[in-house]
Amino acid sequence: MSATIASVAPRNNTGLYRRRRITNAVAIVLACAAALFGLAFLGWILWTLLAKGLAHLNLALLTQDQPPPLEAGGLRNAIVGSLMMCGMGVLVGAPLGIAAGTWLAEYGHRSKLGTTVRFVNDILLSAPSIVLGLFVYAAFIMQTGGNFSAFGGALALAFIVLPVVVRTTDEMLRLVPVQMREAALSLGVPQWKVTMQVLYRSALPGIITGILLAIARISGETAPLLFTAFGNEFFSLDPSSAMSALPLVMYKFAGSGYENWEQLAWSGALLVTLFVLAISLIARTVLLRNKIAND
Amino acid sequence: MNAAVISALPNDRKDTRNDARFRWLLTAAALFVLVSLAGAALSMLWGGRSVLASEGLNFFFSTDWNPVENKYGALVPIYGTVVTAIIAMLIAVPVSFGIAFFLTEVAPRWMRAPVGTAIELLAGIPSIIYGMWGFFVLMPVMRESMIPWLDEHVGPLPIIGALFRGPPIGAGMLTSGIVLSIMVIPFIASVMREVFMTVPARLKESAYALGATKWEVSWDIVLPYTRSAVIGGVFLGLGRALGETMAVAFVIGNSVNFTTSLLEPSTTIAALIANDFGEATEEYRAALLLLGFVLFIVTFIVLALARLMLNKLARKEGN
Repeated sequence: MSATIASVAPRNNTGLYRRRRITNAVAIVLACAAALFGLAFLGWILWTLLAKGLAHLNLALLTQDQPPPLEAGGLRNAIVGSLMMCGMGVLVGAPLGIAAGTWLAEYGHRSKLGTTVRFVNDILLSAPSIVLGLFVYAAFIMQTGGNFSAFGGALALAFIVLPVVVRTTDEMLRLVPVQMREAALSLGVPQWKVTMQVLYRSALPGIITGILLAIARISGETAPLLFTAFGNEFFSLDPSSAMSALPLVMYKFAGSGYENWEQLAWSGALLVTLFVLAISLIARTVLLRNKIAND
Repeated sequence: MNAAVISALPNDRKDTRNDARFRWLLTAAALFVLVSLAGAALSMLWGGRSVLASEGLNFFFSTDWNPVENKYGALVPIYGTVVTAIIAMLIAVPVSFGIAFFLTEVAPRWMRAPVGTAIELLAGIPSIIYGMWGFFVLMPVMRESMIPWLDEHVGPLPIIGALFRGPPIGAGMLTSGIVLSIMVIPFIASVMREVFMTVPARLKESAYALGATKWEVSWDIVLPYTRSAVIGGVFLGLGRALGETMAVAFVIGNSVNFTTSLLEPSTTIAALIANDFGEATEEYRAALLLLGFVLFIVTFIVLALARLMLNKLARKEGN
C-alpha cells in the first residue's frame, strides 16, 4: 500500500516514508522483544517454583510441624498460623472497609472529606507493607508489653485488607443505578435499610471480589508479620502469643543452607502461590458473572 | 409492608434515629481510614524520637551505622533504597511500555485478553517468591557470568566504571534492582495496558485512516492522551520498588558499609529493618522506627504524585 502512495507522492518524500516504515518495524520488533523478555522472566520464576516445589509436595506438609535442621517434617504449624491470622485480619479489616466504602459512596461522595478519605485510602492501598508492620509494632505490640502476638499480626494484615475493601466497595456501590435507591426511598424505606437490603444485595458480588483480592494479597505477606506475629517453631493456637506463618517460615528456611529446610521453603512457596492464583481466579469469575448478569 | 404503614408514626421516629446511628457508624469507619494513615506516620516518628534527638540531621547524612556504639547515620540504606529503585525503573519502564504497546496494538486479537490476564495474575504473586528466585537462581548467574564480565569490560571505563567494579559475590544493588524490576514489570505493564485501552477508538482510527503506522499511533496519539496516567502508573511502580522488603532482603547482601559499586553488598531501608529489627536493642529499634518513618514519607510523596497523575486522566474521561 505504501508503495502506491510513495509513487504518487513527490520524489523527495520517499525517504520519509521509508524512515517511517523502518521506525515502525523497529518499534514493533522491540515491543515483541520486550513482551518476550518480560514473559520469559516471569515464566522462568514460575518454572523454578514448580521444579523445586512440586517434588516435595506431600501430605506430610499438612500433618507434621516444622522440623529442626536435617530432620523430616512439614509445615502444619505455619499453615494453621497463616490461616488463623489471615482469617482474623479479614474479620477485622473487611467490615471496617465495607462501612468506610459505603460512607464514601453514599454520604461523602462529593464532599471535601470524601475526596480526602479516598485519596488517603489510595495511598494506604500501595503503602509499603513493612511500614504497616512497624506501625502495629509501635502502636500495639509496644503498648501491650512488647510481647509478639498473633493478634498483632492479624491487625497488621487488617490494615492491608482495609484499603482494598474500601476501594472495591466504594466503586461497586457507585455502579448501582440511582433509580434503585430512589425507588426504595420513595416507598418510605429508611436509608439504612436501603443500604443494607437493596444496595448491598446488588453490589454483593463486587464486594466479595474485593474481599477475595484482599485475601490473595495478605496470604503471601511476610514483612508486616516479622515483628508482630514474629514466628513460632511450635504448633500454637493461642492468638495472644507468637505464631508461625507460611511466609515467615519460608523467609527463615530459604537462606538457611540446610537442604530439607530449603525444600520445605520451596514447597511452602508453591502452596502460597497456588493459593493466591486460585483466589484471584475465583475473584475474577465472581466479578465476571456479575457483569454478565447486569448486562 | 402494610403493618409498617399503619403504625407509621412511632416507626418514623425510630427510623430517623436508626438512620442517624447508621450514618455515624459509617462516618466513624471512614474517619478511621484517615486516622490510621496519620497514626502510622506519627507512631513511627514517636518511636524514633530519641534517635532523632540525639542524631539530628546527622541521621540523614552520615554513613556511620554502628548499633553497638549507638551511632546511627542512615545514608547507606537511604542511598541503597534510591539506587535499587532507579535501576528497577530503568529496566521496568521501557519493558512495561513495550508489553503494553504489544498487547494493545501489535498482538493478534485472540492473544490480547489471555496474555493481559496472565500478566495481571502475575502481578499478584507474593514478593517473597521473587526474592527466593533471586537468591537461588539469579544470584549464581550474576556471580558466575554477569559480574566478572561487567568487572572486566565496564569496570575500567572512566566515571561509570566505578559503579561496576567489584568481587563476584552476587548480592548487591544491581541484583536487587533486577529482581525488583521483574517484580514491578507485570504491575506497571497492567496499569499501562488498562490506561491505553481507555483511549477513544475514534482517535486511534482517525490516525490510522490518515495512514499513521502502529508506532505513530502509540507514540503520537495514545501516549500524549494518557501521559499523566502513564506517569502515575510508573510512580505507583516506583512506590512499590522503594518500599519492597522481601524481594530485596534475599539479594542485597545486608552490609551497612558504604560502597559506590553496584556489585558489592549494600542494604535498603526495608531490608535493614526486616533483617535487624527482631534482634535489636531498644535504642536500635528506635533508629529503625525512625528509618521506617523516612521510608513512609518518601513513599507517601511518590504515591501522592502518582494518584494526582492518575486522577487527571480519570477527570478527562469525565468520571
